[in-house]
Amino acid sequence: MSDRTLSRKAAIAGIGQTEFSKDSGRSELQLACEAVLAAITDAGLTPSDVDGLVTFTMDTSEEMEVARNVGMTEVSMFSRVHYGGGAAAGTVLQAAMAVATGVADAVVCYRAFNERSGNRFGNMTGRITTLPPWLSWYAPYGLMTPASWVALHAHRYMERYGVTNADFAPIAIVDRTNAATNPGAWFYERPITFEEHQQSRWIIEPVLRLLDCCQESDGGVAVLVTSTERARDLPNPPAVIAAASQGATFDSEMMTSYYRDDLTGLPEMGVVAKRVWSQSGLTPSDISTAFLYDHFTPFVLMQLEELGFCGRGEAKDWATVERLSLGGELPINTSGGLLGEAYIHGMNGITECVRQIRGTSCNQLANVEHALVTSGTGVPTSGLILSTL
Amino acid sequence: MSTRLAPTITQDTAFFWEGLKTDQLLIQRCEGCGSLRHPPRPMCPQCKSLSWSAIEATGRGTVISYVIPRHPPMPFFDDGYIVALVELDEGVRLVTNLIDISAEDASMGLRVVVRFERFDNDLVLPLFAPENIR
Ligand SMILES: [Zn+2]
Repeated sequence: MSDRTLSRKAAIAGIGQTEFSKDSGRSELQLACEAVLAAITDAGLTPSDVDGLVTFTMDTSEEMEVARNVGMTEVSMFSRVHYGGGAAAGTVLQAAMAVATGVADAVVCYRAFNERSGNRFGNMTGRITTLPPWLSWYAPYGLMTPASWVALHAHRYMERYGVTNADFAPIAIVDRTNAATNPGAWFYERPITFEEHQQSRWIIEPVLRLLDCCQESDGGVAVLVTSTERARDLPNPPAVIAAASQGATFDSEMMTSYYRDDLTGLPEMGVVAKRVWSQSGLTPSDISTAFLYDHFTPFVLMQLEELGFCGRGEAKDWATVERLSLGGELPINTSGGLLGEAYIHGMNGITECVRQIRGTSCNQLANVEHALVTSGTGVPTSGLILSTL
Repeated sequence: MSTRLAPTITQDTAFFWEGLKTDQLLIQRCEGCGSLRHPPRPMCPQCKSLSWSAIEATGRGTVISYVIPRHPPMPFFDDGYIVALVELDEGVRLVTNLIDISAEDASMGLRVVVRFERFDNDLVLPLFAPENIR
């Protein structure tokens, strides 16, 4: 590794969130402010210690509105990351770069929305009157939901490797089992069986059933990033950023990358994989637990292949309930993930991995050293590896 | 005549939508290196040329993926409609609907041919039907 590396220079020292619900009853800006202040407090700092803010381009809460509400006095860096849920780990990348270069001392990354009670991504019909140019190739044909965009891609993967919808059930079962023991999860105490998965109705036939699709949620999540040196002296054990990268490739589109030769992978995640393994010096066998972005179950299998946990086409056999459960070879989505806990655009996966590093998860694993976090797939994306000090 | 959501037409894509009105399925062809591209864009990623013309596709192709969206119901569509990714014989791909075929009969590898279907507000869309049906 060259001395230009970002690896281990910054750490997540604070995490904050609101409750996760289907109707928060308050503004998205209020959710953002609550989450941001909670992350700053958790880090043992005050708003005047924070000089950077990063969020998603899709977020409706302006950086200066957040700063004004929480009482930040001097801000030296603010930035936004594009491509929906692909932005999640990318916000931490931006923050870590700012901290590692001395541009900022403490940066808060946030995402807050009323995605269930307000504008739902899963049902845009009736809201859109003028199509953005990229959507003009799809919406006139009724291809208008994230589920359908993903399914048209995933069906090709299924055909190539002989995968059926039943092969996606382990992901949903593991997520819902973990959510069942997380009091903060929407599906707390509500696990599902294989039969329930297979009996749930088709959303996009023959790829996605209802239980393959993540929730829609209201809520906010924030994390505070500072230098590893400074984080040592703060109240909570730091989650050191061993690696962080965004990823995009030739002909990447926002969810509709249908024009590349091979539609059986997620090349954006392949870029993230290559970069985070080389940046951290780690390999898949070093990972104690992973949060694999689970908006739709097929793309979790494809991520396992892109990240190198198994070979191409092998995920349908590799991804068993036993292997992915608490105590298994690669426990995933220990909070319940986006299917079981809440859909906060992937930011709640980062906070759960911080808790696993700290040893404070409600589904705490033994001896966690390195946790992998991925962001939205099928879009230009991002990923992180968090490690103990 | 029925309705569909109307595409937003830009300077880069107008020729495609105009061609449909005269039953022509047009593909952008680079004047620099001859490569074809779709969806349209101003610059050729191979040779960086900004000059291009349009060729008329034969309208024949192969289904390389498809789905049947069931939920939520979409305005302007009856349940059971099929969305397909078709690779034209010229080598470029486009998203479309399959028509004159039931959802159970859709398959990958199916040979299809274009049908120019007319909708409200002068919109024409290139939909595809199985090749062996007249
Ligand atoms: Zn060219």
